[in-house]
Amino acid sequence: MNIKNKIKITVNGKQMQIIPKFTLKSLITKLKMPLNKIAIELNKKIIDKNRISKIQLKKGDKIEIVHFIGGG
Amino acid sequence: MFDKKFKIANKNFKSRLIVGTGKYKSFKECANAIKASGADIVTVAVRRVNISDKNKARLMDYIDPKKITYLPNTAGCFNAEDAIRTLRLAREIGGWKLVKLEVLGDKKNLFPEMIETLRSTELLTKEGFKVMVYCNDDPLMAKRLENSGAVAIMPLAAPIGSGLGIQNKVNIKIIRKQTKLPLIIDAGLGQASDANVAMELGCDGVLINTAIAKAKNPIQMAEAMKFAVISGRKSFLSGRIKPSLFGSASTSNIGII
Repeated sequence: MNIKNKIKITVNGKQMQIIPKFTLKSLITKLKMPLNKIAIELNKKIIDKNRISKIQLKKGDKIEIVHFIGGG
Repeated sequence: MFDKKFKIANKNFKSRLIVGTGKYKSFKECANAIKASGADIVTVAVRRVNISDKNKARLMDYIDPKKITYLPNTAGCFNAEDAIRTLRLAREIGGWKLVKLEVLGDKKNLFPEMIETLRSTELLTKEGFKVMVYCNDDPLMAKRLENSGAVAIMPLAAPIGSGLGIQNKVNIKIIRKQTKLPLIIDAGLGQASDANVAMELGCDGVLINTAIAKAKNPIQMAEAMKFAVISGRKSFLSGRIKPSLFGSASTSNIGII
């Protein structure tokens, strides 16, 4: 894959490069995130976890992946 | 004396002690403290996953949400929009609707921003959330929260993490008299006697994090808090004697030699 074809996205504030037609599901798999323990936001909209295989990421997309941590 | 069940948003809970899961040295210590406390509700926060360390341990690996009720909070939120965004995400993780709303107004004293808190309570309630609200100890504000759909009123005892204990018992008593909602002291307790006092004032429960997590022996302190809450509740229900300035001998003078 030519580097020019790569797409820049931001995941949890960090820049990442992906290939075109990369889905949100592929991203979650690549990051080894357990789906039942996270929530996903794409450009500030919450994504239904059942639909992630149908969502192709685009240039400039901002993804937030959150989970529970200790808190009071 | 018969005690009614500890019920929040129509769900019964066994323990009147709710514990936070922050500030522990490890998830293991946190899990052990929860066990020792007997709590069946724990507060949790929503934060970004660390994507560069995929194998990092997660809270959910140590505290099973099927056995312990997770109460997602909005720690670190300073306005209604952030709070709502956070709780929508929490709901998405696993369907949680019972939430702890905490909208702060000042980074130093961590007091709640009550105008935003009130607005958030209304909006979240409309969305179907069951909102337990961290608030100041103002009876008028507590009433407004109740009218906005809050399922529990959670006034502070003192600033979060301060360990100062209940600073305004009068206000807590007034809020107790005016509301039938669960009244839970949230924030500022420092030791078991503080939890005991809260329960003796008639509160339905207490929420404690720092006083347990930062104690030298968190597991033992968790247990101390458990007994303090039970003892305070029983003391409240038993009806204390009237305080008097003068002595009243416990031993009869009849038959004195």
